[in-house]
Amino acid sequence: MPAQVITITSGKGGVGKTTAVANIAVALASGKSKVVCIDGDIGLRNLDVILGLENRIVYDIVDVIEGRCRLKQAMIRDKKLPDLYLIPAAQTRDKSAVSASDMTRLVRDLRADYDFVLIDSPAGIERGFRNAIAAADRVLVITNPEVSAVRDADRVIGILESEEKGPASLILNRLNPALVKSKDMLSPEDVLDLLAIELIGIVPEDENVIIASNRGAPVAYDMKNRAGQAFRNIAKRLKGENVPFLDLDAQGSLWERIQRLAGRK
Amino acid sequence: MNETQSLLQIKGLRDGLLITMDDASWEDQRAALITQVDGQPAFFQGARLALDVASQVLHVNELVEIRDQLSERGIFLWAVISESPTTEKTAQLLGLATRISKPRPEELRQYSVEDLGEETSLFINRTLRSGTRIEFAGHVVVLGDVNPGAEIVAEGNVIIWGRVRGMIHAGSKGNTNAVICALDLSPTQLRIADQASAVLKPRETPQPEIARINEEGKLQAEFWSAR
Repeated sequence: MPAQVITITSGKGGVGKTTAVANIAVALASGKSKVVCIDGDIGLRNLDVILGLENRIVYDIVDVIEGRCRLKQAMIRDKKLPDLYLIPAAQTRDKSAVSASDMTRLVRDLRADYDFVLIDSPAGIERGFRNAIAAADRVLVITNPEVSAVRDADRVIGILESEEKGPASLILNRLNPALVKSKDMLSPEDVLDLLAIELIGIVPEDENVIIASNRGAPVAYDMKNRAGQAFRNIAKRLKGENVPFLDLDAQGSLWERIQRLAGRK
Repeated sequence: MNETQSLLQIKGLRDGLLITMDDASWEDQRAALITQVDGQPAFFQGARLALDVASQVLHVNELVEIRDQLSERGIFLWAVISESPTTEKTAQLLGLATRISKPRPEELRQYSVEDLGEETSLFINRTLRSGTRIEFAGHVVVLGDVNPGAEIVAEGNVIIWGRVRGMIHAGSKGNTNAVICALDLSPTQLRIADQASAVLKPRETPQPEIARINEEGKLQAEFWSAR
């Protein structure tokens, strides 16, 4: 089956696009899918750092496009997962080094041999964003439960609709159930109510995500971590599995937790 | 002539002409363009021209050559659009634009209405998302929401069958009798004629509301209720 090409984008910066790409990629590749990640943020490359592959970069996406190396040469195999590859962005160039048709061509060459191609989009709605969505079969829009991030996500969804990219799906990142409960944070319902697109995952706020990213070992590796679990669930949903959403109020009382462990609740 | 024409597509833009080339040999296309121009000097005289050269890789001397040839014929080449980064760079070097801004239809719609009679209205059957701006010289009716960051500017009344969380300006040309009604009126800002009002707090249980300018000349919203 030819690869599913998925772009992750947000409009606003800093909501967790790159972290999400890394974690979903790790989750997919752990589940025996062959995955290629493309860092579409030319000039501000990050995905390599989060995947812990920074020191292995020899060639990058611009080298491929400008014909200085073959595609395979720019694909870095992950340290732990043999089915996970990264095509890094160029750090010394900018967005104008890549065009939408370059991106489409590159992805076309990957489709036959892999199950998933994940593209990390830069922030904004300019050229880099357009390049990143050009080749996508499916777009995941990621947002935080913050008014500004949601508004930017809304804008991006509007653009995707006008480009007839098919319906986008939503990842709600860094949700803090306690703040939602005290009505100090937008709830998933508030966000979905406004954006009116399909929800594919809710990732709870967790400092381990940042710690893991800094170590270059995405949190999706950590089988006990709830944010990691949320990303693994997103990966499963991308494969078409029907996975129930995490119960985010699960940090309940000790008694409730014991009951849950005992399988009684 | 027929054969050369097939290489080129000419389109009128708001502010000039756009000529689209394909990936055939540059020399042929250049010649075709010049032939075409020489064939209809009156049409091209004084034109502002943008050139879309597909993925042709062009260097300074090639672009300079065509620019000069065009300018000899009274045509101003102002933009070269290309998929090739090399060509883009060359064009930028020569001070040519590399993008012609096509306003995306989604972002700014300015509807022109021949008949500005009072009954002219625009019906929009979808949610207006952030970044969308609707301008209309009549009434506007929306079946859907108006999200924050979206704007409607209408010379007449505005009626929203949905939630309003964006900005709405009714009676934009000074009609103080204009009204704004919505099932849930929680906008970032409302304006009627030259009156503005900010923030009507979102309510737990929304009720249909109608906003208008009252006798004191202030913008005021009141609930609608079936008696």
